[in-house]
Amino acid sequence: MKGGVTRLASGVIAAICIAGSGVPANAAWQPTRPVEFIVPAGTGGGADQMARTLQGIVTKYNLMKQPLVVVNKSGGAGGEGFLDVKMAANNPHKIIITLSNLFTTPLATGIPFGWKDLTPVAMLALDEFVLWVNAEKPYKTAKDFVDALKKAPPGSVKLGGTGSKQEDQIITVALEKATGAKLTYIPYKGGGEVAVQLVGNHIDATVNNPIEAVAQWRGGKLRPLCVFDAKPMDYGEPIADGQAWKDVPTCKSQGLDIEYLMLRGIFMGPKATPDQVAYYVDLFNKVRDTPEWKDFMKNGAFNTTFMTGADFAKWVETEDKRHETLMREAGFLAQGN
Amino acid sequence: MEELANLFHGFAVALMPFNILVMVIGIVLGVIIGVLPGLGGANGVAILLPLTFSMPPTSAIIMLSCIYWGALFGGAITSILFNIPGEPWSVATTFDGYPMAQKGKAGEALTAAFTSSFVGALFAIIMITLVAPLVARFALEFGPAEKFAVYFLAFCSFVGLSKEPPFKTVAAMMLGFALAAVGLDSMTGQLRLTFGFTEMLNGFDFLIAVIGLFGIGEILLTMEDGLSFRGNNAKINLRVVLHTWKELPRYWMTSLRSSVIGCWMGITPAGATPASFMSYGIAKRVSKNGKNFGQGEIEGVIAPETAAHAAGTAALLPMLSLGVPGSPTAAVLLGGLLIWGLQPGPMLFVEQKEFVWGLIASMYLGNVVGLLIVLTCVPIFAAILRIPFSIVAPLILVLCAIGAYSVHNSTFDVMLMLVFGVIGYLLKKCNYPLAPLVLAIVLGDKAEEAFRQSLLASQGALGVFFSNGLVGTIMALGLIALFWSPINEGFTRLRSAATGRPRPAGPDYE
Repeated sequence: MKGGVTRLASGVIAAICIAGSGVPANAAWQPTRPVEFIVPAGTGGGADQMARTLQGIVTKYNLMKQPLVVVNKSGGAGGEGFLDVKMAANNPHKIIITLSNLFTTPLATGIPFGWKDLTPVAMLALDEFVLWVNAEKPYKTAKDFVDALKKAPPGSVKLGGTGSKQEDQIITVALEKATGAKLTYIPYKGGGEVAVQLVGNHIDATVNNPIEAVAQWRGGKLRPLCVFDAKPMDYGEPIADGQAWKDVPTCKSQGLDIEYLMLRGIFMGPKATPDQVAYYVDLFNKVRDTPEWKDFMKNGAFNTTFMTGADFAKWVETEDKRHETLMREAGFLAQGN
Repeated sequence: MEELANLFHGFAVALMPFNILVMVIGIVLGVIIGVLPGLGGANGVAILLPLTFSMPPTSAIIMLSCIYWGALFGGAITSILFNIPGEPWSVATTFDGYPMAQKGKAGEALTAAFTSSFVGALFAIIMITLVAPLVARFALEFGPAEKFAVYFLAFCSFVGLSKEPPFKTVAAMMLGFALAAVGLDSMTGQLRLTFGFTEMLNGFDFLIAVIGLFGIGEILLTMEDGLSFRGNNAKINLRVVLHTWKELPRYWMTSLRSSVIGCWMGITPAGATPASFMSYGIAKRVSKNGKNFGQGEIEGVIAPETAAHAAGTAALLPMLSLGVPGSPTAAVLLGGLLIWGLQPGPMLFVEQKEFVWGLIASMYLGNVVGLLIVLTCVPIFAAILRIPFSIVAPLILVLCAIGAYSVHNSTFDVMLMLVFGVIGYLLKKCNYPLAPLVLAIVLGDKAEEAFRQSLLASQGALGVFFSNGLVGTIMALGLIALFWSPINEGFTRLRSAATGRPRPAGPDYE
């Protein structure tokens, strides 16, 4: 009992000290209760995997005094999760990880939300997109594939992807524009399913993220043709037939002038204060230094660009404009937008 | 032969004391998760996933897969005792399990359910052990058209099941389809039937509907009947287990058929829920006691439980060998594998032998451990029915509310559950069957998705559903199942006309 009283007393004293010292700005804020980590997508998907890896690393290295709890709010292509964080304006114990649906969902569905309703915290990584075909097919390069595409009757080439009017379909429309061919886009629920449909030859090509298709590449079932990035990926470890991620050429070098990367970033509610944001930035910096995180980045061949503060906000703003243009051109905007 | 050596090595890994401890913890947690409606295996595994990061991968996957087995076992408990399915695949178990409990045979029903679960799982594990690579290739044959055909078969084998008029069945099913359509349309990315309410973005979750329709609806009915459980004369000693075991071998055909259906559904991957419904539907058609289904027939418990557990186990195969999860829980496990640095896919069996065979060995052991744990608890579970209704009912109500809340952490869902409870009560009073409604909510959007994907790929040609042997056969089976009653009746008439001997009218199930 005595110990309890002493602890209580010292706690009170500490509290008075902090209150009395006028709270030095930055780095003073700490979570006082469990932090909810919203995933605006289903369990098992790319964002979910990243969130749960993060949670595991935070738990393993004891990086937070309070628990970090992952909550999936996937309704309405993630709209449910975004609206939840928007409503939690004064709650610093709620953060959200985003996919490209940060931009596409409000545009396609017309839900009352935009990225400006959130406070950007940090860009954790960018997810790459790769053009994949079945390894049995004769196309060895993106150029072979595009030539075949141009010869095929319009609409006969089927491209599978995750979700409707989301990133995969945006790339499909860009492909159509770049090649002048007409493709049939078939939406599926998840990236792993898309990869297997390609292995089973039910579709002709995909733009899967590396992590979704790498197992099938290693198994010799799929072949990567090009990556939709400005430069080749960094990872030099051989994966299949002596080929590594860095040997996959950029689509631009293959005559397909398309670039698309998906944001894996962290946001908070609209009224987050600078010291709260600083706390989370510091946390993610610690996470990025762990070997587990580096392994995770390598396994998924992520682009590890890290951004915070004004740089990140500016990046998000540019991307938002770009998505609006892309979605408008593709006719994907909800009525009344 | 090499496989067998690997398997025995796997047993050695799984039998390490730490791994056995992990197994028991996993099963107990899983049973608790299975009992709580709404929490669900997928959520349970997802919540506990980060806790396993500090373990070696093999122990971690043993723990998580044991949670999964435990949830499969546990789902049956509340279905049988209170008519509340703890998990989607336990819905079909309520059809005969609950009437059995009401007749005072709760112990028998629970024993049959647990034992069948074990048999189904064992069948699936043996299949995984022996023919894993072959079966994995079969799964690749399934494109959207084939998947739709499977759902079509599930619906068809279910129509005409209930004692109610067929039009009431169809009406209930259509209501289910309408509810399944609410939310985001995955084909166009637009919102449907949400009427501008953000709460509706998610659509009507199957679990909330089921908890309301069955759980709350049942409480309302019982209140009307005079506030008493009818099952309070249940025997509560372990002898009931042995007694039931003596009876079970008689139904070996049902078990075998249900195991095959379950494995097939788990691999394709349609999942445990359609497997349990389809197996129940077919057992009702084929069984000698088919007429008694729905009134507490033990075969009506064996069929869905065997199939559900076989499917749940078989669903791990496509996850390991192809990287495609056959169920939501398998999807979370897949995420776990990636975090541990294991890449599921064609190479996993080659590169990570110790892990794969350790997991397979733990499937055998985990199910044995699970069966022992749940069977010894049968008397305890059955004794719950002796508690007066006025004490248990509020507890069930709280359990239902927690379950509904935990699906999306939303209080709106709790309200929704209550509304569904009233709907369930009204439908029952008007003799509308609930099962087709539930089946349509679970499979409606998946069937729609597969149908529209097929038509997109075929550019609108319906011929895609008969375009190859596989899809054509499944569709034909579905059509036969749909028109089984008239076909059978026609045959009976033909035969009686030929022999000149009049036969009793009506469909003949023998």
